[in-house]
Amino acid sequence: MHFTKQVQDLRVISYSRLNPRHFVLELLAPDPLPVILPGQFAQVLVEDSPSTFLRRPFSIHAVDVAKNTFRLLIQIKGEGTRHLSRLHVGDSLNVLYPLGNTFTLPTTKEVLLVGGGCGVAPLLILAQFLNQNKVHPTILVGFRTKEEVSEIEEYAKYGKVLITTDDGSEGEKGLVVDHSIFNRESLEFKKIYCCGPDAMMKAVAKIARLHRVDCEVSLENTMACGFGVCLCCITPTDKGNERVCVEGPVFNINRLKW
Amino acid sequence: MVTPDLSVNIAGMHFKNPVTTASGTFGYGDEFLDFMDLGRLGGIFVKAVTGKNRDGNGYPRMAETASGMLNSVGLQNKGVDHFCHEIYPRIRDFNTHIIVNVSGSTIEEYVAVAERINELEKIPAIELNISCPNVKYGGMAFGTIPSMATEVTAEVRKVYKKVLMVKLSPNVTSITDLAKAAVDGGADVITLINTLLGMAIDAERRRPILSTITGGLSGPAIKPVALRMVWQVHKAVSVPIIGLGGIMNATDAIEFILAGASAIQVGTANFVDPVASVKIAEGIEAYMKRHKIEAMTSLIGALRTE
Repeated sequence: MHFTKQVQDLRVISYSRLNPRHFVLELLAPDPLPVILPGQFAQVLVEDSPSTFLRRPFSIHAVDVAKNTFRLLIQIKGEGTRHLSRLHVGDSLNVLYPLGNTFTLPTTKEVLLVGGGCGVAPLLILAQFLNQNKVHPTILVGFRTKEEVSEIEEYAKYGKVLITTDDGSEGEKGLVVDHSIFNRESLEFKKIYCCGPDAMMKAVAKIARLHRVDCEVSLENTMACGFGVCLCCITPTDKGNERVCVEGPVFNINRLKW
Repeated sequence: MVTPDLSVNIAGMHFKNPVTTASGTFGYGDEFLDFMDLGRLGGIFVKAVTGKNRDGNGYPRMAETASGMLNSVGLQNKGVDHFCHEIYPRIRDFNTHIIVNVSGSTIEEYVAVAERINELEKIPAIELNISCPNVKYGGMAFGTIPSMATEVTAEVRKVYKKVLMVKLSPNVTSITDLAKAAVDGGADVITLINTLLGMAIDAERRRPILSTITGGLSGPAIKPVALRMVWQVHKAVSVPIIGLGGIMNATDAIEFILAGASAIQVGTANFVDPVASVKIAEGIEAYMKRHKIEAMTSLIGALRTE
């Protein structure tokens, strides 16, 4: 019997440490990958770690259909992610995927992607997907410092990249919303996709509302199951408490109580 | 040897195997069609149904703990009308028993919901939830005072004609008093345990993690408490018991059966591995083959204490 969602042991085929806080795992699937859409996520089991019990959700960062692999960009935050950061090439990882909904295709070519911290993770697969649909977005990514600026060449394959750093050590100084593209009478974009810390997404949503630009955000909430049964990751929407893991993680800002 | 017989009869209901899934951890079952064949389970206990729509509690509703988790979902569901009209038609033909968890804040609400579920042909049983720690009124109160447990069970018994199961809270001094009280009210089956009341604190922020401050603890952390209570209740009442509390694998399930459970529910494990319940059913069969046990029922309460 074939099931649409997979619980599989995947093999780590590459590990890149981007900086002290972030790393990327490339995972090889034993069977042909299911269709993975931008915005979807994976629930990763942290094995042999006594203090972590639940899986850890991560946005899918990029997919390589030819190699039958996908990548996860992970920020080391707690015990679970620290444990994952000690994986090696060749190790096996039990993953439940693909989960959640997806970013919708834009009806315009004037598209802006905005990401901060590890919130940049789903923007790479989104940019890939937009390119396949003949859209070349502008990609604005924010980091703390120059040392954390990473994978710019990856994003540059799919669109024009703009950078901010908190300390101004690379790109423009400040947060992503401080970037000069927002400091104009009118915005040159008709659609914004955003992922990052809540405060950042709320600030971007405010700009989008001001300019009446359509905006989708990818939320991150603590989850137990990741596939809609525990009802722990809810967010208030125009339809009541909805599950970030099934009705999301991508929401149009018009539907959120922001 | 012959293929082991995993089936069990509970209050007249035939279960193909003793593995069922706990209410609140398995949605309405259809969320799992993406992962598994539901026909491989003895039964599924669907998400709690109340009289009216409940939005549940605010976010955050979950905190991970050592070997478990706390939740404070608060019985979020769209009410019994929605269940009967929208959900029942899409789940009624699953090839397994569908048992509805019935919750409420007042005796009248429990009775009204039970009466509606009684009309649903393909629902052979209800599980009366007198043990939810996450709602302000009712819920656990009915499960902590024996006279109230008897009263709510007896009132529901008057209107509910099929198999009546009562799910007990572990947050009591004497679990056997509550079990006896439910049986006195007319319970055909006792289910135990619901979550243990607990709490988590974020020391950095000096704040509780859950929006409700306290919540229900589940997962392997509570298994020893659950096993002890199943054992005590098994010795105290004669009705069948469905045991749950931190079952992660077939060995855990066998332990509950040895302590006196006729069937088990897999709960929090479903969150970590959506196919845990199927693996547990397979594991019980493997255990029986290894120990040359022909009938699963011969294991019920078969703990050797001499």
